[in-house]
Amino acid sequence: MTTARFIETEYEGPLLEVTDLKTSFHTDVGVVRAVDGVSLTLERGKTLGIVGESGSGKTVLSRSIMNLLPRFGLEREGSVKFEGKEIIELPPRQMRNFWGAQMSMIFQDPMTSLNPVMKIGKQITESIRQHLDVTREFSSDLAVSLMESVRIPEPKVRLGEYPHQLSGGMRQRVCIAVALAAGPKLLFADEPTTALDVTVQAQVLDVIAKEQSERFMAMILVTHDLGVVAGRTEEILVMYAGRVVEQAPTSVLFTDMKMPYTEALLASIPKLDEHSHTRLATIPGRPPDLSHPPPGCKFAPRCRYVQDRCLEEEPPLQAGDASGHQYRCWFPVGTPAGQEALARNERDGRVPAAATAAAAAGGA
Amino acid sequence: MRREELDPHSDGLMADAGLVLPAGVAAGTEGERKSRFGDLSVGAWLAIGWMVFVILVAILAKTHIFTWGDPQAVHAECARKGPFAQDGSAPGRLFGCDSDGRDMVARLALGAWTSLLVSFGAIAFGFIVGGGLGLVAGYFSDKPSRPIAAVAGGVIGAAFGVVAFGVIGAVGLGLSDGLAAVIGGVGGLAAGGYFGYQRGDVDTLITNVFNVMLSVPAIVLALALVAFLQGSEAAGTKAILPDVLILILAIGIVAVPLVGRISRGSALTWSQRDFVLAARAQGAQHGRIMVREVLPNVAPAMFSISLLSIAIAIVAEGTLAILGVGVRPPAPSWGNIIALDRNALFTSPHIVFEASFLIFVTVLALNYLGDVVRARFDVRESGI
Repeated sequence: MTTARFIETEYEGPLLEVTDLKTSFHTDVGVVRAVDGVSLTLERGKTLGIVGESGSGKTVLSRSIMNLLPRFGLEREGSVKFEGKEIIELPPRQMRNFWGAQMSMIFQDPMTSLNPVMKIGKQITESIRQHLDVTREFSSDLAVSLMESVRIPEPKVRLGEYPHQLSGGMRQRVCIAVALAAGPKLLFADEPTTALDVTVQAQVLDVIAKEQSERFMAMILVTHDLGVVAGRTEEILVMYAGRVVEQAPTSVLFTDMKMPYTEALLASIPKLDEHSHTRLATIPGRPPDLSHPPPGCKFAPRCRYVQDRCLEEEPPLQAGDASGHQYRCWFPVGTPAGQEALARNERDGRVPAAATAAAAAGGA
Repeated sequence: MRREELDPHSDGLMADAGLVLPAGVAAGTEGERKSRFGDLSVGAWLAIGWMVFVILVAILAKTHIFTWGDPQAVHAECARKGPFAQDGSAPGRLFGCDSDGRDMVARLALGAWTSLLVSFGAIAFGFIVGGGLGLVAGYFSDKPSRPIAAVAGGVIGAAFGVVAFGVIGAVGLGLSDGLAAVIGGVGGLAAGGYFGYQRGDVDTLITNVFNVMLSVPAIVLALALVAFLQGSEAAGTKAILPDVLILILAIGIVAVPLVGRISRGSALTWSQRDFVLAARAQGAQHGRIMVREVLPNVAPAMFSISLLSIAIAIVAEGTLAILGVGVRPPAPSWGNIIALDRNALFTSPHIVFEASFLIFVTVLALNYLGDVVRARFDVRESGI
């Protein structure tokens, strides 16, 4: 087990290739399709951002790739290739060789992702000693240098402390140190800054970015905040209702977005140059119930561009102008068809179904 | 979840900004840790003092390092005499004598040993078996595992098989005890293992076993277990195990589902914390996570409940003695001192009263300590 990671496979292809991954849960209320046919490719050392609001399936996607989901009623289909090796069918016993040493994960809430009754040092060295055949002294030295590299002051003192003695930002940096301990090639960061103060968010993201470039490690950054992924990713994947609705290189996505959902997400970020007391833009309604998704485009009930066709037929993923740009829309933003749809809706006074429902609920 | 705002020791933004704090700030937590045992109430210290005293007396009496006389020696002139007794007090013997003229101090001291041995032993058994099963059940509640369910089913099935078929086989079919137990054990192992493997659901399996055990009134279950393990001379069966061990097993088995459910509930909540998933994402094995990540978190709650359970077990020992299935005389226990002389309640009340008083104070002390421990660990938990 310990030697496995040193046998370097001379695989030239991408680090991670996910093809048509489907993940569903069989529950009492029906089959919940949390991830529905997602494909993505990630090269070594690159960063992919996965963006979407709560319940869009981004966390399930990252855990499904790592095979970390609770297995009751779980069904996974498709293909997940890590360094060219198919890992979707691997039992947990074999996946353990990948967890920590090849791929690792940082969680959202540093308050709960550290064991409250275990010293920081122990939590870091556990992983090292699990995967690497090293002495106790070596692993504790490694822990100190890890703590230094995630910029925790007085690492030697901190190693002997418990999580409750650290602040939230420090705890998240400890989580990063734990995740990096065995030197993974792929890091999943699942909303790593959501539970932190805004002032600390940038610091934590910087630490992750620094480690990533030093280690030439690939990363999947999961977040609901387009602002977080803007300057830190090569490519962005926008998810809605378990599907990829738009996928593009970061610069293309921000300049030439085609999907109304992406536009709405971006519009909902408050801008500094707006007057104070400007009304915040929101997306009306909430994501669909994944056990009974609506027919047609999943975003249609909340979309400003909605047409009759959207409610009946689901658009396929189609290629955009730039290479690597894909989107799922009949009336894309910024195209004549889209302009026309928006103009027609304004003329006819047609608003998204979710908006009228929300207004009715608000008025009642 | 922003509890750090309430925590005076949180370094907060200062540390995040990379400021190195003076050593004194970090040392503040050290002082806090010491004061955790420094601010115990008078009641807690009295309770600790009493428990230390009772345990010390019990050990001294058992090991003969310091004795209070021979608990079996009969002093005819002192029989039935004691404080408040009809026949008057016994000169030179503070607590008097029982109805056979045996010195109460000596009997109570050795009785303390028996009672405490039974109750601590029973709860230790209940905790190792019940706590272990509960931990496994809680941890695997969202993880189907055929091999583990098969093992759990097999072990539980074997235990039930031995008891159930032991009774049916030995009494109903006239088989020898050993044969009946072996058949029951193997049958239970096979059946439990098979069903466990089929479902793969460890939690449901173990929880239902707890429920079945809880559906039998505790005292009836304990009585049946003691009767089964002790055998009877009329049926020509003899106990293989010593008295004390039988009582430990009987009370311990009754404690298994009670303790197990609490352990399961606690393990369930802790197992769903992210740090368990994080440990998994680092490649740790289930067993390792259970023992090193979940168990230390479950342990404080278990410890406080164990103190309360020991108190209940002491009372249970007395109850079983009064029902005639306790530690058999002449060996004294607090329970059988009461049981033997309960007829003399009106003429020599001191006999029953003294033993009852010891049980009362000990149970009170253990309850109090259990509460103190629980309160302390609750505070600690909320601080996280």
